[in-house]
Amino acid sequence: MIDISEAVMEAAPAHKGAAVEVHQLRKEFRRKDSRKRGEKRGERRSRVALDGVSFTMEKGETVAILGQNGSGKSTLVRLLSTLLLPDGGYARLLGHDVVEEPRAVRRLVNRVSVEASFFKKMSAAENLGYAARYYGMTSKDTRDEIPAILGRVGFPPDRRDEPMEALSRGMQQKVALARALLTSPVVLLLDEPTTGLDPRSKLEVQEFIREIRETHDSTILLCTHDLTEAEGLAERVGILDRGRLLALVPADDLKQRYGAETLEEAFFAATGREFAAEEDEDDDDREVFA
Amino acid sequence: MKAIGMTLRAELVGAGGVVERNFYLTKRYIWWDLAWFFWTVANTLTIVFIAQGIESTGGQIDVNEVATSLLIGAVVWAYLGVLFEFLMETVAWERWEGTIEYTFMAPLSRAMHLAGQGVFAISYGLLRAVFLFTVCALFFDLSMPDANFLGAFIVLAIASISFIGIGVMTSVLPLISPEKGTQLGFVAQGTLLVVSGVYYPVDVLPGWMQFIAKFSPATYALEGARSAIMDGAPLSALWSDIWPLLIIGAVSIPLGLWVFSRGELYAKRHGKLKRSG
Repeated sequence: MIDISEAVMEAAPAHKGAAVEVHQLRKEFRRKDSRKRGEKRGERRSRVALDGVSFTMEKGETVAILGQNGSGKSTLVRLLSTLLLPDGGYARLLGHDVVEEPRAVRRLVNRVSVEASFFKKMSAAENLGYAARYYGMTSKDTRDEIPAILGRVGFPPDRRDEPMEALSRGMQQKVALARALLTSPVVLLLDEPTTGLDPRSKLEVQEFIREIRETHDSTILLCTHDLTEAEGLAERVGILDRGRLLALVPADDLKQRYGAETLEEAFFAATGREFAAEEDEDDDDREVFA
Repeated sequence: MKAIGMTLRAELVGAGGVVERNFYLTKRYIWWDLAWFFWTVANTLTIVFIAQGIESTGGQIDVNEVATSLLIGAVVWAYLGVLFEFLMETVAWERWEGTIEYTFMAPLSRAMHLAGQGVFAISYGLLRAVFLFTVCALFFDLSMPDANFLGAFIVLAIASISFIGIGVMTSVLPLISPEKGTQLGFVAQGTLLVVSGVYYPVDVLPGWMQFIAKFSPATYALEGARSAIMDGAPLSALWSDIWPLLIIGAVSIPLGLWVFSRGELYAKRHGKLKRSG
């Protein structure tokens, strides 16, 4: 395994005017858990979810972060969306610190996560409507905007008033994308947006992300464990392994750096593990914590 | 100045969004709510029947007066239950649906988020309380010739500010303990009412409980509502109950927001917002 953390650091200077600026970001979770052999009762175990992660993203850039479950991808997304407080380092969106200026950050960012989280009894239009109000959009603002954005993600107009629970996972994820785009985010955080989707829905969602890239000036951070998705959608690809960002370069450079034919081989060379390999016990813990 | 106006507008629109969401949810679950209302009526009737039970076992009481007093206590208990339930759902329901992270990452201030939740809870709760009181009063054919219903309504509405402040403090509990936080909220509700003379005069309580009762908004809400409905007290005569409610409200709202913000910080530090807890 080649340690390229120094190279990553060199590639992550503090950019003035960068859309996303992350420097030495660290997050550790401590929880009281079931005892392991040799541990005292009530002892708290801690796991480092992010370990000194640094990178920058230019405005309008799409970056994919690859990593297995528990690698820290979701923790990174949560820190950037002000849902977690870091234990060290800093993260800034358009110069606004996520800890010092959370409300300014929240105006700039939106997110799509692996679970399309909605009030299941409410319709797509209702879910989008109330969520838009949180961003200061009145019903007058959204009257035309919601049907238009649902149309853009390929949501059938006649199903707009059906409860979310009646929709397929793929359809729900499209509504989640529409919800995120409705607020015109400057930074869009996509946390495994296609995980668990059937192949057709997956392609449709990926196509829509591609369209966002081309038609919006949003900066997109895509966390995924789909190598093809990362390569196809992002300008740069990062490898996050056990909380450490091992690389963040264009996919071709990554393959070249490791003398690999595919991203999978590059991932293996960088981490010393198969991409889809079974995780060890420590990784199981990490997944729970991170 | 324009920026302040824009921010205020966005905040009010956001609070309206919370009301809108709760309206949709109430509409979707209306049959369940009606079933729950039926249970509340049954529960209230059980309590009010105690007055007739005392008389039938030889007790010398004014059944109409005692029944009205018990009814007011039961209605306030049910009203407080609805308020606390809505506020507890600020976190608990959203966590269950998985929407909590989306709500907490929105640029809406927590004060306005909770205000929106409170406004809907008060509106829905008061409407429900009026129905509950009417149904049960008609059932027992209670006589209230001098009742000042408007005065009682105003007292309850003012008390709601304090109740919301306390409810906000308890609504943070599911953030700290996703599994047991909600139940602890009901403990707070019960504790509040037991010291406030919900079905009896505060005078019958031990001295230390009477002392605590002075700080409970439910004490003044119950006293005020009973004076207005049973004695026909005018609004001016209810002032002695209204001013403590205003003071408790002025303290409990900022205190509630402060407690909630501490809970939110704790949740963000320890990753408790995550759906799996």
